[in-house]
Amino acid sequence: MKQAISFGKTVPRQKKPRLLRELAKNKYIYIMLIPFLLFYIIFMYGPMYGAMIAFKDFTPKLGILGSPWVGIKHFEAFFGSIYFWRLLRNTISISLQTLIFGFPAPIILALLLNEVRQAWFKKTVQTISYMPHFISLVVVCGIIKIFTGSEGIINDFMVNLGQERRDLLLDPALFQPIYVISDIWQKIGWESIIYLAALSGVDQELYEAARIDGAGKWRQLLSVTLPCILPTIVVMLILRVGSMMNIGFEKIILLYNGNTYETADVISSYVYRKGIQEFSYSFSTAVGLFNSVINFFLVLSANTISKKVNDTSLW
Amino acid sequence: MIKRSVGERVFEIINIIILTFLGLIALYPLWHVLMASISSGDGLARHTGAMFVPAGFSLKAYQLVINTPMVLKGYGNTLYILVFGLALSMAMTILGAFALSRKGLYGRKVILLFIIFTMYFSGGMIPFYFTVKNVGLADTRWALIVPTCVNTFNFIIMRTGFEAIPVSLEESAKIDGANDFIVLWKIILPLAKPVIAVIVLYYAVGIWNSWFNAMLFLRSRELYPLQLVLREILIQNDTAAMTMGGGDADTGMLNEVLKYATICVATIPILVIYPFLQKYFAKGVMVGAVKG
Repeated sequence: MKQAISFGKTVPRQKKPRLLRELAKNKYIYIMLIPFLLFYIIFMYGPMYGAMIAFKDFTPKLGILGSPWVGIKHFEAFFGSIYFWRLLRNTISISLQTLIFGFPAPIILALLLNEVRQAWFKKTVQTISYMPHFISLVVVCGIIKIFTGSEGIINDFMVNLGQERRDLLLDPALFQPIYVISDIWQKIGWESIIYLAALSGVDQELYEAARIDGAGKWRQLLSVTLPCILPTIVVMLILRVGSMMNIGFEKIILLYNGNTYETADVISSYVYRKGIQEFSYSFSTAVGLFNSVINFFLVLSANTISKKVNDTSLW
Repeated sequence: MIKRSVGERVFEIINIIILTFLGLIALYPLWHVLMASISSGDGLARHTGAMFVPAGFSLKAYQLVINTPMVLKGYGNTLYILVFGLALSMAMTILGAFALSRKGLYGRKVILLFIIFTMYFSGGMIPFYFTVKNVGLADTRWALIVPTCVNTFNFIIMRTGFEAIPVSLEESAKIDGANDFIVLWKIILPLAKPVIAVIVLYYAVGIWNSWFNAMLFLRSRELYPLQLVLREILIQNDTAAMTMGGGDADTGMLNEVLKYATICVATIPILVIYPFLQKYFAKGVMVGAVKG
């Protein structure tokens, strides 16, 4: 008995001085950390704590703790709703399309730019291709809206092809193409930077050697360039797949309307509409939580694959 | 140097043609907007198809845009958020990145995990909305500054930059009796200028572009940042505030030109500065890629 007590006491006694010594030695460091950690606790972990309202019938009056528990009612309602499959389909469809068309585009641009010998020309094309990255999303969507409007330039051409003038953003069949094409325009230049960096790291002697062996441009691309930048491509691809459920919903909210919900509404835009506009707080939190959880597991598996394939991981 | 073959020369020419074509496609929408913004109202209304020169010339739309109180106020609010937001973001990120770049710090690993976890999992939009509301920031400009003041990705880039600074420099300073604040101020910050420039630019672009949180948290119109004003004009099609003062018959025709002019007023300042800052942005992408 005596032994047990003294044992119980010595452990903290041994630990405490070490911790205190640490604190004393780095006291300024810990002081610096206080505001930083407070930010994360309040604005990052605060909402995670608040996410428990997904399992409650939350009303602002009763507060998070005061609202009654309802179990998984809201999740059941979401999975059973007629919108569930539509939202899942749109989310996956839009992210797959941006992946298939948007992922190779900057790689191709970087490969083409890499072959240019005139430095001024390369620089000019690069500068132009980055430009859309610096235009705010609201303005980008404003331009899309004007161009696709019934008096817009795209309609001017369609009329010549014998089509009727109409607002293209009202057509559900066109929403996703408009989203994906404008997405490529916005991102192609900026995303090519990383591949250009990888390309500049390729050993020039490899090309010389390939040339001596009689390899043409195409052969050099397949046997030298692509294998050398493959690690970068794989990492970027895995990152991309990991964030599949995180579609740029701000752009969707700016561009969609009641006519195009059928093809435009994704999980996060639905969360916004239900939660902020229709005040179904608990229900939309449940929908958002579902999205966050799926996304988290996508990132986890992407990271695991990345470790195996490439020996690079996110953390 | 091996002489280039005919095939290679042909390839180079085709390559340049393709890139020129791509560059023109990328540039065209912006050129169109610029030309339309200096067109006259009825000129633009009659114009169809591609636009390489203005349809009629008039700067009336610009005059109306810069005299619209909402646009001016929006600019003012954005500047306010930019100045205070940048100051807070940089202070917080620098302190956090410096503290967590100290190698022997007790608990460093756990804290880093705690921070990085938030990159991959979040409570979601609605709980975030209530958190900000409960803290008492709703309907203030600080709602657009404080809740988003640290960006974890920027923090990681900054920390990577700090870690690249040789330890020996600060060790000698410490022997001379400098505390950690002095080390940060006198040694780390001057040496980390490039990475700090990158992060300032990243935060600035982020603040300049953001509109969604403003829409969530602001009820008072006089607090609207520029992007939210632009949303009303461009997305919700509301140009009434601008044409109200005009009064005469052709202001109705100006409606479209006004939108183009608004886009230019909100975009040209950025597009003029950015080519000079380009190299910093690109550098950040590389640093971030190391541990992105």
